[in-house]
Amino acid sequence: MRKWKSNARLTLSYALLLLISVVAIYPALWVVLSSLRPGGSLYSEHFWPRQFTLVHYAELFTSKAYLYGAWYLNTLKIAVVTMILSTILVTLSMYALSRFRFRGRKTALTVMLVLGMFPSFMSLIAIYIILLQLNLLDTHMALILVYSAGAALGGFIVKGFFDTIPRSLDEAARIDGASHLQVFAKIMLPLSKPMLTYVALTSFTGVWGDFIFARLVLRTKENWTVAVGMWDLVNSLQNSNFTMFAAGSVLIAIPITLLFIFLQRFLVQGLTSGASKG
Amino acid sequence: MKQHRTIAVLLSIVLQGLGQIYNRQWLKGILFMLLEVAGFIYIAPRLGGAIWGLVTLGEKTQKFVKVGKMAQMVKGDHSIFLILDGLILLFLVFVLLGVYAWNITDAYRSGKLRDELKPVRTFRHSYEHATTFYFPYFMLALPALGVLFFTIMPIVFTVMLAFTNYSAPDHIPPAKLVDWVGFKTFTDLVKMKSWSHTFVGVLIWTIIWAVLATVTTYFGGILVALLIEQKGIRFKKLWRTIFIIPYAIPQLISLLVMKNLFNGQFGPINQYLGYFGLGGLPWLTDPFWAKVTVITVNMWIGIPVSMVLILGILTSIPRDLYEAADVDGASTLQKFRIITMPFILFSTMPILIMQFAGNINNFNVIFLLTGGNPAKGDYQFAGATDLLITWLYKLTLDNNKYNVASAVGIIIFLIVAIFSIWNFRRSKSFKEEDMIQ
Repeated sequence: MRKWKSNARLTLSYALLLLISVVAIYPALWVVLSSLRPGGSLYSEHFWPRQFTLVHYAELFTSKAYLYGAWYLNTLKIAVVTMILSTILVTLSMYALSRFRFRGRKTALTVMLVLGMFPSFMSLIAIYIILLQLNLLDTHMALILVYSAGAALGGFIVKGFFDTIPRSLDEAARIDGASHLQVFAKIMLPLSKPMLTYVALTSFTGVWGDFIFARLVLRTKENWTVAVGMWDLVNSLQNSNFTMFAAGSVLIAIPITLLFIFLQRFLVQGLTSGASKG
Repeated sequence: MKQHRTIAVLLSIVLQGLGQIYNRQWLKGILFMLLEVAGFIYIAPRLGGAIWGLVTLGEKTQKFVKVGKMAQMVKGDHSIFLILDGLILLFLVFVLLGVYAWNITDAYRSGKLRDELKPVRTFRHSYEHATTFYFPYFMLALPALGVLFFTIMPIVFTVMLAFTNYSAPDHIPPAKLVDWVGFKTFTDLVKMKSWSHTFVGVLIWTIIWAVLATVTTYFGGILVALLIEQKGIRFKKLWRTIFIIPYAIPQLISLLVMKNLFNGQFGPINQYLGYFGLGGLPWLTDPFWAKVTVITVNMWIGIPVSMVLILGILTSIPRDLYEAADVDGASTLQKFRIITMPFILFSTMPILIMQFAGNINNFNVIFLLTGGNPAKGDYQFAGATDLLITWLYKLTLDNNKYNVASAVGIIIFLIVAIFSIWNFRRSKSFKEEDMIQ
């Protein structure tokens, strides 16, 4: 009786797991298959295409109307520069806030938390006007500036990580005569590689996903990022050019998804260290 | 006895840096002085105009003046630029006032050293002292500057906009001027029927959405995690990897794809329903079904995140708790209720609250999936699935109702801030961080 019950439970569990797997994979598979299907329509009679073609991928880069290649390079450029700048800013500020006890520290932490809670485009108009004054509208520089300037606000996970590195380490180095800068560069940075990877990865993917600021700032089609371009593709010609949209999606999703799966353990670490340290 | 410190302070009050020179700290004194002179040269001619601009928000509009036979456009005052310019100048004044205060305390401190017949620091010594004891300030300077100009200033500016009448069609510079109106925007939002109806409706849906979105993904995550971690389930790692896929795909892509998937006319979901002889559902075009769709799609995106989190926590529950429970003859359900669930809740509480706050502002899911639509006739510029945050976006970008958007933004901020500060204060990192060795 007991055996039977446990078997039934297992069978049911496997069935559920299988069902969830289908739900989890289906949209991704559907897009990949659609991108390989001839024709441009969203509608198709068969889930599995009768014929496979790579023509939509080629079309992305040859089409005059969609400057997909340019968008891709733009995004890559913005993402890499933002990633470097924000990693530096986050590391500097969070290291200082975690390791040193100085006047105004708790105030700084509280202010940062509150500022981080502001809906980021509550300041949309203001930033737009500032960029206009600085003559930076429709430039990639503006996006990089806006993305990385606020980066320090999202670094509480990094602070939590620095908090867990034993303080005896840097004290010992200080006694041996190392300066603050040397302790930071020679001891702390090597130890915090996983955390730095996490910060770099999230700011990199953040740029790929951001659409709000990019749409506001970038006016001319050649300057668009992939996010703005793809949104435009869906909004303007949803049904007639769906396969091309699908191909574009695959080209964005595959590298980022691979990066993500590859660096998964850092992300898990980041999430859970956020859990215990707030 | 106290001569030197008094004289140094007085001199520093008269002219920044003079006290330092009196204390024979030549280089420091000169640097301070140069800073004051530079600040004065920049600010003095602009300050009057800036205050005039902030108080009046401009007096003349742009208009055409006849010059001979030609009509020529004369530029008027641009209220919004006046606010921003005034604000930047005030920020600079505050920074310089800070330096001024620092100059006075520094003169006092050095003067005191001299009164006590101790040697005054040389410039090199000061530099070394600063890099040792004020090291964190140096590290924070650059990030703080970025935050000051690209986060704090825009927020102050936006808060100011909420107290003006900056909105289309009557108050858009440079053609028209903007005025200060005090709390009128806020009272309109509550009192004026057309606005309050939209505001209350959107607010209620925002809260319902935030609760449902948080609860469904959280418990969904627990369920999936427990399903995988059951005794006797094989290929645990494979299941985990498959279920993480939705989390790994960039949200922008998965949401735009979902938008197509749920397309009422051509989307495959309605196509399949057709195969089974069922009529398609108006997934994105009917107010009720659009709400169901956004919650469902959010589950698809959000459950993997919770799952990853909870898998991590499950492994940290001490095994001996379960062994003790086994000895006492507890059933699976009892073990879950008494050990597993309290443990998960305890460790995820802060994250749960942050997710709730985050969902209030979940712009992406709504905007990319439904765009806030389907439209609602009796709403002011909002649709059935619009959250406060997407409504704010529409008010700003599509309809130029900047003052209402700013007011709504302040209200959103108040709601979210209350949750997060409460959460932060009670979280471990704030209370116990000094205990970590």
